[in-house]
Amino acid sequence: MRMLLFIFMMLPAIAMAMNPADTAGMDAAQEARYRVLIQELRCLVCQNQNIADSDAPLAEDLRSQVRRQILAGESNAQITEYLTQRYGDFVLYNPPFKAITLLLWLGPVVLVLLALGMAYLFTRRSRKASPGSTELDAEKLRKLLDESK
Amino acid sequence: MRYLVPVLVLLGLIVLLGVGLKNDPREVPSPLIGKPAPTFNLKLLGEEGSYTNADLKGRPVLVNFFASWCEGCQVEHPVLLKLAKEFNVEIIGMDYKDAPADATRWLARHGSPYRKVILDEQGNAGLDWGVYGVPETFVLNADGVIIYKHIGPMTEAAWREKIAPLMAGVKP
Repeated sequence: MRMLLFIFMMLPAIAMAMNPADTAGMDAAQEARYRVLIQELRCLVCQNQNIADSDAPLAEDLRSQVRRQILAGESNAQITEYLTQRYGDFVLYNPPFKAITLLLWLGPVVLVLLALGMAYLFTRRSRKASPGSTELDAEKLRKLLDESK
Repeated sequence: MRYLVPVLVLLGLIVLLGVGLKNDPREVPSPLIGKPAPTFNLKLLGEEGSYTNADLKGRPVLVNFFASWCEGCQVEHPVLLKLAKEFNVEIIGMDYKDAPADATRWLARHGSPYRKVILDEQGNAGLDWGVYGVPETFVLNADGVIIYKHIGPMTEAAWREKIAPLMAGVKP
């Protein structure tokens, strides 16, 4: 059942309505590279979309640029370098793992570890206090029972 | 005392959030700051000849990417006119993905703050300059190096606080 759900969620990624003109003249390998690249590049206008999904004119321009460069024989690294030189790292949908983005990648992990650490410290302190209170409760309980008799 | 650490962490996070929320997440910082203007060789609007990146050297200039179809450009237009007419700032216009006839008509109607208007009909210069939405204004120093990028419509406040100080020899 979960597998079915997973497959349904993945379908949109496969069912991209692509204009055949986008990949005209490309061989199978180039076409595959084109599809992957346009999913890894961000549309700077609709910034939560990659250029594969975005309808913005800039996305169209960037797709053309990727297409032109693939057909000209540029490598994936050269194409992404070309775009990051002009638009910065933000144009890459997945931020690169560099010194400057280390905080972005590791920040959540660090915060979770910090929270867990603090939770552990707090439960340890309250556990130390409880053995005494259990004894006290038992005494109180016996007194109450004796009084009610 | 047992609340000291959580409170400190909370305060730290609040400070970080405060700083972060002041930034506009839609603004994409330009990797061209500190680099010379990208190479181009384009035709001019309304006159013969062409204009290249070499022509941008020799004095501080503003390069303003605009288009007749752009609403934000209309909003900033009075500010640009003021900069050009009152403060004598040299503004070079880059007409981005626009039909020359439309640009001519638009400038005739609203006035032109531009010393020259360069035609970037295909948007290739825009791509090289990392333009993702007009209007965008680049500040170049006398060596033709991009020293600042203003994203969105130009405002007098931005001119006064950020840009004028960068343009040596120009009235703030």
